[in-house]
Amino acid sequence: MIETRGLRKSFTSRQGREKKVVEAVRGVDLDVAEGEIFGFLGPNGAGKTTTLRMLATLIEPDGGTATIAGADLLSDPGEVRRRIGYVAQGGSTWDESTAREELVLQARLYGVSKADARARAVRVLEGFQLSEYADRKCKTYSGGQRRRVDIALGIIHEPKVVFLDEPTTGLDPQSRAHMWDEVRRLRDEGMTVFITTHYLDEADALCDRISIMDNGIVVASGSPAELKRDISGDIVRVSTPTVASAAEVLGSSSFVTKIETQDDGVRLYVEDGAAAIPLILRALDAASVELGTIELHRPSLDDVFLTKTGRSLRES
Amino acid sequence: MKLLRDISLIFSRQMQLLLRNPVWIAVGLFQPVMYLLLFAPLLKPALGVRTNAEAYEIFVPGLLVLLAIFGGLFQGFGLIAELRAGVIERSRVTPVSRLALLLGRSLRDTVSLIAQAVIITILALAFDLRVFIGNLLLAYLMLALISLMTSAVSYGVALAVKSEDALAPLMNTVAQPVLLLSGILLPLTYAPGWLQGIANWNPFSWAVDGTRALFRGDLGAPDVWQGLLIMALLAVLAVAWAARLFARSVR
Repeated sequence: MIETRGLRKSFTSRQGREKKVVEAVRGVDLDVAEGEIFGFLGPNGAGKTTTLRMLATLIEPDGGTATIAGADLLSDPGEVRRRIGYVAQGGSTWDESTAREELVLQARLYGVSKADARARAVRVLEGFQLSEYADRKCKTYSGGQRRRVDIALGIIHEPKVVFLDEPTTGLDPQSRAHMWDEVRRLRDEGMTVFITTHYLDEADALCDRISIMDNGIVVASGSPAELKRDISGDIVRVSTPTVASAAEVLGSSSFVTKIETQDDGVRLYVEDGAAAIPLILRALDAASVELGTIELHRPSLDDVFLTKTGRSLRES
Repeated sequence: MKLLRDISLIFSRQMQLLLRNPVWIAVGLFQPVMYLLLFAPLLKPALGVRTNAEAYEIFVPGLLVLLAIFGGLFQGFGLIAELRAGVIERSRVTPVSRLALLLGRSLRDTVSLIAQAVIITILALAFDLRVFIGNLLLAYLMLALISLMTSAVSYGVALAVKSEDALAPLMNTVAQPVLLLSGILLPLTYAPGWLQGIANWNPFSWAVDGTRALFRGDLGAPDVWQGLLIMALLAVLAVAWAARLFARSVR
């Protein structure tokens, strides 16, 4: 549904007399399949938004190729516009207009007739549970309602692909969960959803596949499960008063790929945590090592992010 | 056809929003009405003319051109608010014509300017101003061209600078000399030769002369067609430039 190869964009910024060229996007390859929720992750300044704005025809790429819903981005941006929807991060509604007015206008800008535009607005308002507020001015809406109107505006023309730029940023947990349901509903209706996010838990819960971007390039792609499996298997933490002997026993075990000692126990990197736990218990028991507690950690996308970019998303 | 449809979509949306708060039209009228009531009475003795009607024939056209210039130049502020709200970006991802994004807005400004001009003209009738309807309509055409040009310029600059803080001083800096060099408040016939020489290079001075000729009833004066032609050309240039910015602007 979306295929990009070597997409590039640089900006020139002026500081006094010196011109500085910032390579915001340095060759991005993406493959998004039809009907999936695709997550695009990366720290601020990674080039996510620039990539998204190029795909949405808002800025022209410097180089590379991209095909979106069968239309060529560089040679036929007009056709791309007809086939995609785009929901910006900062909102898109006018305070003094009502949701219904905005929706009807938006549909008509896509060439839909007046009567059809009205019917679509009714349908979409219903779908996003906005009917009750449809004729109130947008300035009276809550953050969550306003965000739903934004998304409704992005899909009123029934695009094949919809781009959502950080759709849950700034929403309270309940509105966020609600938004996830809306996004899943769009996918279930057959739309391909391309979503950028800061939240790894969101990418994990919502996305079928993700790409992680850092410093203008894609550093990892795959399903959340694949990416997590790729890094290092599972982590088992064993607490014990006799750290040295526990380390000696477990360090020589074949199922442990790596061991770290800590003040009150050891961290074990193993292939399959669930299978390793009985083996660990048996080995410690056989060597009469006293055992405190035992915990299994599955790697999170946070760990993936840390391995791929060298830093945690939270600190960036 | 698509262009006309798009223009009418943008125009009707903008008009609907304007009419929702018609108080802004009244606010825009406040200053010119004050000039009409509090400044114009000084003109009969100052200009040395015999009747009020003659003084108003000279003053009202200038006042209307002033209204068209200033009304247009400050429209950019509304656009910056729309940029900030994301409305422009939302329009730019649709296949809507970029020229329509500009013209729909500029035409709204032009229509509201003409509405204000009609009100001022009616008020001036109470002060014995008399003007032929045909001439008046041509004068309104001149005003419409001015307003189309100045609002397009203002939108273009707004898209380029993207901030009210930059737009306000910029527009004031442009408007000030334009105002003083166009003989809007007092005709430049009273000006020394060097000042008239500079004013000849100010296109708005031609527009003011043309509008005054129309209010005088002097349809045949070369000022009329020259003023209209210059304003039409500049309006086309301004619209073309600003529409390009609508197509290109990054944010």
